[in-house]
Amino acid sequence: MADKLISKIPDGPLAEKWTKRKSELRLVNPNNRRKLEIIVVGTGLGGASAAASLGELGYNVKVFCISDSPRRAHSIAAQGGINAAKNYQNDNDAVYRLFYDTIKGGDYRSREANVYRLAEVSAAIIDQCVAQGVPFAREYGGYLANRSFGGVQVSRTFYARGQTGQQLLLGAYAALNRQIAAGTVTSYPRHEMLDLVMIDGQAKGIIARNLVTGKLERFGAHAVVIATGGYGNTYFLSTNAMNSNGSAAWQCYKKGAYFANPCFAQIHPTCIPVHGDQQCKLTLMSESLRNDGRIWVPKKMEDVLRLRKHEVKPSQIPEEDRDYYLERRYPAFGNLVPRDVASRAAKERCDAGYGVNETGLAVFLDFSDAIKRLGHQRVQERYGNLFDMYYKINNVSPWEEPMMIYPAIHYTMGGIWVDYDLQTTIPGLYAIGEANFSDHGGNRLGASALMQGLADGYFVLPVTIADYLSNKFAEPKTDINDPAFEQAEKDVQARIDRLFGIKGKQTVDSMHKKLGNIMWEYVGMARSEEGLKKAIEEIKKLKAEFYEDVCVPGNQGEFNQELEKALRLEDFFEIGELMARDALNRNESCGGHFRIESQTEEGEAKRDDANYMYVAAWEYKGEDKEPELHKEPLKYEFIEVKTRNYKD
Amino acid sequence: MDFNLKIWRQKNAREKGHFETYHIAGIEEDASFLEMLDILNEQLIREGNDPVAVKRGCQSSGPVSFDHDCREGICGACSLYIDGRAHGPDDHVTTCQLFMRHFKDGATITVEPFRSPAFPIIKDLVVDRSAFDKILQAGGFISVRTGAAQDANCILIPHEKAEKSMDAAACVGCGACVATCKNGSAMLFVAARVSSLALLPQGRPEAARRARNMVAKMEELGFGGCTNTRACEMECPKGISIEHISRLNREFLSAKFSE
Repeated sequence: MADKLISKIPDGPLAEKWTKRKSELRLVNPNNRRKLEIIVVGTGLGGASAAASLGELGYNVKVFCISDSPRRAHSIAAQGGINAAKNYQNDNDAVYRLFYDTIKGGDYRSREANVYRLAEVSAAIIDQCVAQGVPFAREYGGYLANRSFGGVQVSRTFYARGQTGQQLLLGAYAALNRQIAAGTVTSYPRHEMLDLVMIDGQAKGIIARNLVTGKLERFGAHAVVIATGGYGNTYFLSTNAMNSNGSAAWQCYKKGAYFANPCFAQIHPTCIPVHGDQQCKLTLMSESLRNDGRIWVPKKMEDVLRLRKHEVKPSQIPEEDRDYYLERRYPAFGNLVPRDVASRAAKERCDAGYGVNETGLAVFLDFSDAIKRLGHQRVQERYGNLFDMYYKINNVSPWEEPMMIYPAIHYTMGGIWVDYDLQTTIPGLYAIGEANFSDHGGNRLGASALMQGLADGYFVLPVTIADYLSNKFAEPKTDINDPAFEQAEKDVQARIDRLFGIKGKQTVDSMHKKLGNIMWEYVGMARSEEGLKKAIEEIKKLKAEFYEDVCVPGNQGEFNQELEKALRLEDFFEIGELMARDALNRNESCGGHFRIESQTEEGEAKRDDANYMYVAAWEYKGEDKEPELHKEPLKYEFIEVKTRNYKD
Repeated sequence: MDFNLKIWRQKNAREKGHFETYHIAGIEEDASFLEMLDILNEQLIREGNDPVAVKRGCQSSGPVSFDHDCREGICGACSLYIDGRAHGPDDHVTTCQLFMRHFKDGATITVEPFRSPAFPIIKDLVVDRSAFDKILQAGGFISVRTGAAQDANCILIPHEKAEKSMDAAACVGCGACVATCKNGSAMLFVAARVSSLALLPQGRPEAARRARNMVAKMEELGFGGCTNTRACEMECPKGISIEHISRLNREFLSAKFSE
C-alpha cells in the first residue's frame, strides 16, 4: 500500500509551490461552509488558531481540550520566542535562509516544500499576532525587538519576555473566544478523545470521555483535525505538561493513519537537573538563555569533586580552569549550536566524569559575563522571570552563581504522517503542529515549534481542508447512531472495563516511571542495536505486567484522574515500543537520533544518506503484530545536502 | 520531612464535603507541593488497596483530585488554598512552584479548594472556572480576521507601553484573585485583560466596549464587586498590580459617558 504515501508536493520552483497549490485547491462557497462540521482536537497554538480561523470562515467547528480551559494547552509553556523571516535587523535574513536553517537544523530529514512554506508564511504570523494585541518586546523607538536562537547566525526570534508561548496562545485563544461568542465554534473543555470514528474509510467523528461526568460521548463531523501535540511523556520525566499525551494521535494510528519517524525525539540541553526520585516533571530553562549565558564544566577533576562536596562555589573557580566546551568544540556557533549538538556535548562531558552536581549529571550555564557586559537592568529585562523561576525551584540565585542544567526530553519531531495539505493517510483526517511529522526532520530548531503551530493553524489548514470539504456539503450530517459509532464506543468501553477489572497492586505512575526508565536508558541520547532490542522486550514485559497488576481506583462515572492516566499509559507503552523499533531500523545518527554504531572518530553524529534519506512511515497491522514500514524518499532539489557543520 | 495534611474531600458538586487528615513522611525539602500530593496519592492508592490498612480504619476516599498541568507556573491550572492563602505561603508563585522548604517539619497543613460561588466544586480540590472563559468571550479580544493584518512594524508601540501591557498580560487565569477577595470579585482578572489591550494602539478601537461587556458578564456570572482592599494584588502569583483596575475603571466610565 505504498501508494498511500502520496505527498502531493506541487511541481515547479520551490518559491512558487505554495502559491501554485493554493491556486489549485478547490473552495467552499460561504453559504455551504455553515453546513459543514469540523472537529478540532486540542487547543494549543495549532488547534486554537485552526479552530478560530475555520470558525471565522463560517464552518461549524467543535473544539475539544482535556484542560478546564483552552488557554491551558502546553503551548503556553514555551518561553523563548517565535522565528520569522522579517529581516527587521538588516542581518541578511530571508525566507530562503530561514528555510535553509530549518532544513539543516533538522539534519536533512524534513520535506523541502513543507519547510519552505513554513518559512514563507512566518512573517504573516508576526503581523497577525501583533494585530491581536500580543505584547512582543519592543525597542525604545517602538519597533519590534529580536534575539537569536540556536543553530542560526541571524537575529530573527520575536519574543514576549520569557513567556512567548503564553502570549501567542492567549492571542489564538482570544481569536477562538471571539468565534465561540459568535456561535461558529462550540468548545468542549475537559473532554478527552479516546477513539477516531471512521465510516467508509473516512474520518467522521470521535468518541470522547467527558472528564467531569465520566460519560462516553459521540461527536460527528465531515472532517477531523488532530492538534494534540507530541508524545514526549512516554519518557515519564520530560518538560511536557503532566497531562500531555500521545493518545489521540495513537488512536488515529490504530485506525490506519501512518505514524512517521517516531524515533525523532528532541532532548533539550537546558533543563533543570533531576533532583531526586520524588520528581515527576522536569523544568525547561529557555534556550534564549544561551544568547548570553556561557556553558562550562571545570577542567580539573579536583574542582569537580570539591564542587560536589560543596567545598567551593562555582563562581570561585578561576576563568582559566573552566572548560567552555561548546565554544571550544564549535567555535563558529559556540553556545548557540542546535539543541541535539548541545545535549550530546553535555552528555559527553558528564560521561567523562566532569558533571557538576551531586548526581554528576549537570553542567553550568553562567551569566556573570553577561551581567558585566550588559548590566543588571538589561539582563533583568531579558531573563528576569527565568532567573526568578530558577531561584524559586533551586534556592540558588543565577545573579550570584551559575545555573545548573542538564538535557531532558522536550519535543517530538515525529508524528502522524501528513501530505503537503496536512492530510493523513485517512481521508478527512488532518494533523497539525507537533502532532504531525513534517517540518522539523531529525531535530527542531528553537523558536520553530510556535511558528509551525501557528503557520498550520492560521494559514495552511484553513486553506487546504476546503479542498477536501468542497464536495461534502451536500452530504447529510454524520449520524452518531451509525454502527461505526456504536462499535467505537463499545471498544472504548471494553478498554475501560478491562482496566478497572485488573485490580492489581501497582499504581499507574509507578509503572509509567518504569517505562520512563527503559526509554531514557535505551531510547535516550545514545542508542544501540542491542539496547533497542532490549527496550522492545522490556516494554512488552512491562505492558504485560501492567495488565496483570495495575490498580485503577474509583469508578468510570466520575472525575477520575487515575483512569485518565491509565488510558494514556496503555498508549505510551505502544508508542515507546514503536519509537524503539523505528530507532532500531534507522541505523544512522541523525539530528536527535544518535546510534552509537554510526559516529565519526571525533564522536560526532554520522548520517547515512545513501540508506536512510527517507521518512519512515509505520502502518499498524493489529494487536501484537509487527507494524509495516513504508518509506517516503526525501528529495532535495533546491539545496545541496551537506554534513552539518557548526565548527567553522 | 513529615507532615499532617488536612485536606478537603468532596465526592462531587452535589454532596457535602469534609476534611480528612493524612500523615505523610519522608518528603524531600526540594520536593514541590504538588509532588508531595502525588506521593500522598500513591500512598492512598496503596492503602485503599490493602485490606489490612482498610481494616485499620484507613480512609477509603481514594486519591485526592486536584487540577495541575504544566508545573512551571504558567498554565494556571493549579489552584489550592493552603493554610488560608491562595497558592500557599510563598509570594508570587502558583502552587506548582511552591516548595516544601517553606513549611516547618512536622507541620499540619490545611488544603482547600478555591472557594467562590462562581467556581463550583467538581471534586475534592478541583473547581469549575469556566466563568473566566465566558468573561473573555464577552469581549477579551481584538476583532481581527486571520490574514487581515498589516506589517507588524507599522504599529509602533513605545517600549514602556509594551512592557506595561505585558505586565498585565502575564495573568495566568488561575482565579487566586477571586478566591482571595472577600466579595469573590474577578476585577483583577478582568482588569488585566482590559488593561493589557487598552494600552496598545490596536486595542483602542474596542476598549470602551470591551470594558463594558466584560464587566457586565462578570456581574451576571455571580462574581462580587471590588472591595478596594488590594488583597487580590497581594496574592496574585504574577504580581499583577491593581493599577490595572484603575485603568479598567477609566475605560468603563468612558464607555458610560459615550452611551
